[in-house]
Amino acid sequence: MVTETQIARFDSIPLDCGAVLAPVDIAYETYGELNAPKTNAILILHAFSGDAHAAGTDRETGATGWWDNMIGPGKGFDTDRYFVISSNILSGCRGTSGPSSINPETGCPYAMNFPPVTIPDMVRLQKMLIDHLGIKRLLAVAGGSMGAMQALQWAVAYPDRVAAAIPIAGTARHSAQQIAFNEVGRQAIMADLDWNEGNYYGKHPPARGLAVARMVGHITYMSDESMREKFGRRLRDQNQFEVESYLRYRGTQFVDRFDANSYLYITKAMDYFDLAGESRSLGAAFAGVKSRFLVISFTSDWLYPSYQSIEVVRALRGRNCDVAYCELPSTYGHDAFLVTIDEQTELVRGFLASTLRERA
Amino acid sequence: MAQSFVRTLLGRSDYAIISEIVEPNTRILDLGCGEGELLAWLAENKHVDARGVEIVGHKVQQAIARGVSVYHGDIEEALGDLPDQAFDYVILSQTLQESQAPLKILREMLRVGRRAIVAFPNFGHWTVRLSHLFTGRAPKTKLFPHDWYDSPNIHFLTVHDFESLAARERWQIERRIYLSGARQVRLFANLLSEVAVFLVSK
Repeated sequence: MVTETQIARFDSIPLDCGAVLAPVDIAYETYGELNAPKTNAILILHAFSGDAHAAGTDRETGATGWWDNMIGPGKGFDTDRYFVISSNILSGCRGTSGPSSINPETGCPYAMNFPPVTIPDMVRLQKMLIDHLGIKRLLAVAGGSMGAMQALQWAVAYPDRVAAAIPIAGTARHSAQQIAFNEVGRQAIMADLDWNEGNYYGKHPPARGLAVARMVGHITYMSDESMREKFGRRLRDQNQFEVESYLRYRGTQFVDRFDANSYLYITKAMDYFDLAGESRSLGAAFAGVKSRFLVISFTSDWLYPSYQSIEVVRALRGRNCDVAYCELPSTYGHDAFLVTIDEQTELVRGFLASTLRERA
Repeated sequence: MAQSFVRTLLGRSDYAIISEIVEPNTRILDLGCGEGELLAWLAENKHVDARGVEIVGHKVQQAIARGVSVYHGDIEEALGDLPDQAFDYVILSQTLQESQAPLKILREMLRVGRRAIVAFPNFGHWTVRLSHLFTGRAPKTKLFPHDWYDSPNIHFLTVHDFESLAARERWQIERRIYLSGARQVRLFANLLSEVAVFLVSK
């Protein structure tokens, strides 16, 4: 499956902070065919560092999509049956408007003048894309980690526009621990002198800070067991362990494809996200939802532990919503939603088929 | 309703009875639903809104893969989350004798559902009585095949026990069906039925 990222441009988008971003671009890809009644569309929502290229092989770079093992002909999100859409989030750096985009008023990148963005803002832009594609109701929205937050936000904000939501390894709000890890990443970037208050475009980006931030991230995505299996105490050479070399490699690689300011904006959006709002309970937040849900968590995921998924599921059940929940066994930690594919595929395939049968 | 004989559904006679009791287009919750075979059958053939609860992970996976909405967790906790009268039927098939707090679960079933369908193996069956009488040991029969130390059953009850509990709790027993294999038992139910199925309301 050869794919190509496209860009849709809209005149403007109102943001939660009160600002209006104009114009706004959103990068997206589609796979499979939209059926005549337009009832088979699925929107894939990426995690923190993902992009629109979720599946297939990119026409230009030859890169494989980040969820290629889940999306494609005969796979969990079967492109022979469904029309799959994947877009890059607002404030990202992979084609959708973000801090590295040019501010039309100044002709320079926005940098830290880019307005603060929330998860609901990201979802609002996705909804504009869905309108643009002429789709009245999505069969499903699905995503892992931050993608799960967006899936929940979709179900709450646009109950008539989604038949089903599949939040995987996610939460309705970050815990202190999750915020803490994000803050370490942000501080690493801002402590790098090259960050320069965000004004590094055309100069040296804060590569060391961003790499360290990514190293911390990778530790939280794995588990004690998966690190033991993958690296143990093996030495790369006399001066470094395998695990050190791996983290450095991952950190350096990340700098080539990710913008440090986007890192700051996106992690802030995740941290501030709270589906329940300040005074309302999670149950109250779900008062208007009409979708059915498939919630999945993983046993070894300590960054987004199962209790967070269960909290969502229990609030939904309290509203008598149609919700399926399974905690899958995995040793891969938070990365499991990208790796534990066979079991996840079974669940998603059965859930989507019955949703299409009963609700489309 | 007169039923001359009982079929089996998915290899289980209690499932056959339950599938006959359940009215079409209703809302069903199956507690301890296993791989969701009964729920999937009811969804397809009676167009019910089918939900389940199951504690064993690989069974939950199978059930969801079948398209049934199953909650991976404990029955008591799962009932506690639900609002009053959310279902038309709450089913507990062959699980009552394995539960920690059977009375609490039964009460919760009648809070969450308009009716409860309860099926359990009858400890009053004559083979159980004879086994105990003649061996002087914890009964081991076709119905209760386990040794005392590895049995999942922790509460033993008979048809009469259930009847007297229902009377004490002022539940109405709308239907009682007694099974021996795939046959329906008409007389001496407490002695002859291997499995009893009760349709209960408050």
